[in-house]
Order: sequence, then C-alpha cells, then structure tokens
Amino acid sequence: MSQKERDLITSKRQAHALAFAALGDETRLALVTRLSSGKGRSITELTRETQLTRQAVTKHLGVLGRAGMVQSIRAGREHRFQFDPRPTKELHEYLAFVSRHWDEALARLKELVEK
Amino acid sequence: MENKIQKQVELRVPVARVWRALTDSGEFGQWFRVKLDKPFAVGRTARGHILHPGYEHVVFEAVIESMEPEKLFAFRWAHPRSHKKEEYSSDYRGMPTTLVEFQLKATANGTLLTVTESGFENIPEEWRMERLRGNEGGWEQQMKNIEAYVAKRT
Repeated sequence: MSQKERDLITSKRQAHALAFAALGDETRLALVTRLSSGKGRSITELTRETQLTRQAVTKHLGVLGRAGMVQSIRAGREHRFQFDPRPTKELHEYLAFVSRHWDEALARLKELVEK
Repeated sequence: MENKIQKQVELRVPVARVWRALTDSGEFGQWFRVKLDKPFAVGRTARGHILHPGYEHVVFEAVIESMEPEKLFAFRWAHPRSHKKEEYSSDYRGMPTTLVEFQLKATANGTLLTVTESGFENIPEEWRMERLRGNEGGWEQQMKNIEAYVAKRT
C-alpha cells in the first residue's frame, strides 16, 4: 500500500470518528432532529427553538458540518443549515449488507452443529 | 448511531458443541467458508483462502484476540480495499480491521450464540460504497443465483 493510500485511510478514519462523535451527543442529536425536518434553519431560529445559546448552536453546527452531516446554504443575508443524510444512510446500508452475510454464515453454522 | 452489528441465534446443541464449531479452525472453515490449515491460538494470525463462491481469490486474515472456553471467542480481521479480482491485494498491512466476538450462553434448549462485529467506522466510506455497489456478492451475485435456480427448475 502506498503512503498516499495510507494517508487516505487515516483521514477517512478521522472523518468517521468525527461522524460518530457528532451523533454521540444528545444536544447535537436534538439539533439533527430539528434540521432534518423541512426547510433549513438559521442560527437565530435554532437558538430560539432550543434552550441553547447562540455560541453553543454555532459550535455544535461546526461539529456536524465537519462530519459532513450538515450543509449550509446561503439565503440572502443569512446562512441556513440543513441536515445531509448521506453519511448516515450509507453507513446504515453497509451495515445491512454485512448483516445479511452474517445471517447466511450463522444459518450454515446452525446446519453444521444441529445435523 | 450504532456502528456495530449484533446477531443472536439459538442452537439446539450443548455449548461444548458450538464452542468446537467456532474454535476448531477446520469446523470454523466449513461454515464460515474459509480454508484454514492451522489451529486457532490467542495472539496468532489465522490466514487462509475464502471458499465463498466469487471470493475464492480473497484471503481471510484474522488475529485471534480471545478464547475463553465455552464463553467467548474473538478475532480481529482485516478488510482489503476491494474484493474485485483486478483490484484486490492480499497485503493487509495497515488495512482497517473490525472485531468479531462470539459469546456463548447455555439455555434450556441448547446454546444462545451472540455475534457482535464492531469497528466499521475504521473502514473508509469509499470502500464501503464500492462494496455496496460493486460486484461483491451484492445484487449481481444475487441475480446469478436466481438465474442458476431458474435454470435448474426449468
């Protein structure tokens, strides 16, 4: 494996660690829930809808943004934030795929020991 | 979000029988579909060719992490960048790994086996995407299975 590939793996691994860390916080999960419904939200709206300060909202959006889970769209003078489901959905599909492989393997194990 | 898979299956045989099917590398190979020549031992790397149709060029490589008799068997296995024949490399140095744990528990009817695989965040997203979309036992393989089944029936 080349150094370039190694670096790519390292950076991707960091990206995934970020994604999991991003969802591993109750406040951010609550923000994600708000962001996933309908139109984007501005920081002002998010501050009003949650019990958080403007700084806290900004900080959490930053974490979600670095994990690729939130997209910012410019609407006139303000930025609106929207949930990007791609990283979450892709991981879910992958786990379902691996899960099917285990089902098949365990069915073979069952047949082997119970025969 | 969960980054692991957990499966449970109840087997109608005593724990000792399941333990053997998991930790005797020959028996393990039968149901996991991998050709292993050496016995499993903690700290040792198990290596052998996968026997699953379509994956025969792929090498299984795992480090045995624990063997607590009739309780826990665990190994960490390496994932290649791609399983596709033209892109595949069996050099697993520096490759991401996931941890597989088999937990056994005696029940009234036999054995409850719990399999947990964790560490999927170690595998780069692109690799996972390729695996989902590529010809890696996914839909293309399923279509071939259906074709073979239909051909046999008609």
